[in-house]
Amino acid sequence: MTTRNGSALTRRLDRILKGHAWFVYLFFYLPILVLIVFSFNESRFFTWEALSLRWYRQMFANDNLMAALWASLQVAAISTVISTVLGTAAALALERYKRWLGKRTFDALLYLPVIIPDVTMAAMLLVFFTSLGQQLSITTIVLSHIAFNISFVSIVVRARLANLDPALEEAAADLYAGRWQAFRRITLPLIMPGVLGGALLALTLSLDDVVITQFVKGPDTLPTFVFGLIKRGVTPEINAVSTLMLTASVVLVLSSLALQRRN
Amino acid sequence: MTTDGPVTAELEAAADRAESRRGLFLALPSYIYLLFLFALPLLIIGVYSFASRSRTGMPKLEGWNLDSITKLFTDDLIRSIFARSLIVAVLTTVFCLLVGYPFAYYIATRSEKMRNILLVFVMIPFWTNFLVRTYAWRVLLGEDGLITALGRFLNLWDSMLFTLPAVYIGLVYGFLPFMVLPLYASIERLDWSLVEAARDLYASGWVAFRKVTLPLTKQGIIAGSILVFIPSLGAYVTPDILGGAKTTLIGNYVVNQFLTARNWPLGSSLSMAIMMVMLVATVFYFRSGAKTL
Repeated sequence: MTTRNGSALTRRLDRILKGHAWFVYLFFYLPILVLIVFSFNESRFFTWEALSLRWYRQMFANDNLMAALWASLQVAAISTVISTVLGTAAALALERYKRWLGKRTFDALLYLPVIIPDVTMAAMLLVFFTSLGQQLSITTIVLSHIAFNISFVSIVVRARLANLDPALEEAAADLYAGRWQAFRRITLPLIMPGVLGGALLALTLSLDDVVITQFVKGPDTLPTFVFGLIKRGVTPEINAVSTLMLTASVVLVLSSLALQRRN
Repeated sequence: MTTDGPVTAELEAAADRAESRRGLFLALPSYIYLLFLFALPLLIIGVYSFASRSRTGMPKLEGWNLDSITKLFTDDLIRSIFARSLIVAVLTTVFCLLVGYPFAYYIATRSEKMRNILLVFVMIPFWTNFLVRTYAWRVLLGEDGLITALGRFLNLWDSMLFTLPAVYIGLVYGFLPFMVLPLYASIERLDWSLVEAARDLYASGWVAFRKVTLPLTKQGIIAGSILVFIPSLGAYVTPDILGGAKTTLIGNYVVNQFLTARNWPLGSSLSMAIMMVMLVATVFYFRSGAKTL
């Protein structure tokens, strides 16, 4: 495209760009690959010994780790469902209804959790729960995750709604579909990729969060548990957990891409 | 039609009111949620910034003062940590831009099929667990890590773990996708005929880039820079895992105030201060003409 006049200089520039791109991909993937490879290493140290599932067995036998994994899954599932419903309703209110009381304030309020630094959000939620006399538990983790996920879901759904032709919904209304019927039959199926995309993002963010969870946690989630392990030192068991978490992320990316592809 | 004018107006007003009620009704659950679990907590740490510290570290809701706030500007330790964090955030942003721009440019100028494949490989690290990706560098930079071995072989560096360079590597690694994606979007949208026109008018490749490509992709540069700058400034996990005692950043310091030192008023005013810097950055971003994040 840019190299229409294929002079020697542009060709050389293109080669440099290509080399740079390969280098960046190496930078992205080398660390991840090293983790995966060494998670299958028999040795405790970072010298290759033999292929083994030893660290995976140890991981599944670690009760604390399994409890943390279970807590993570519960938190992620509940907070994703609730924030997807609330975030989608919020997106509809902002994109489909021109004027209503407090719309501008709500719009700003909905953006803040996205730009606020993790540490600030973590600190204020801890202070909030404590000053209410609320015991920190799995509930406070879920409540906090919903608080940041609503915004991310609504951003994704709004992007989808903005690209939709409102005429489709109006046509449904003209054909005497009730509001609910028009929503269920027309709007919802059309925005479904956005809703699912938002839900996947919420799921990922919830499964990844360390900072906020660490402040408001009762029991450990998988990331806070692993964070604790890492601070105590590097072990192949962490490599195994990491590989498990990496696999989960890759599955999530691929499903979100598949969703986009379908539309 | 002339006689029922006022009636139509009244009906329209009623429809408007109904519309307004429905909008509010839809937003209400998340509105209330965010007021209680976001706005109120934010307000509380705002108030706590003025509270005094009790013996347990919890704020006392009496003896209001400006101590924790003046401390931000007068305490040498806090000032040096803040300055270091700002430098780290700015340099991380610059590094990401220098690495990310040619990279995004390369992807954006491939064929459509190739572009999609290359992009997927940027999305994967983007979605991958941040903690795990940071941990990977702890392994590579550690005493018997691959990068350390390479450095020793080349006689250039030893283990960088727990030093500032390790923190930079971790931050650039963690936030590079945030820079690449908006850059890619703006370069991909670029109208190449403008660049060609500049070339036809005998601009050298470099001049055409500087005078046409760069200004036209300004939006992506600003978006990417803000998206990298904001999390870098509040970074906590990366410096905690890869950095050492001498590389404490403001994020770590805030966490310490809450979880270890138990000085909540100071922690509150510090987190408000970071929040203010972010707000300024975000306002700047939207001023530059951006519609969404």
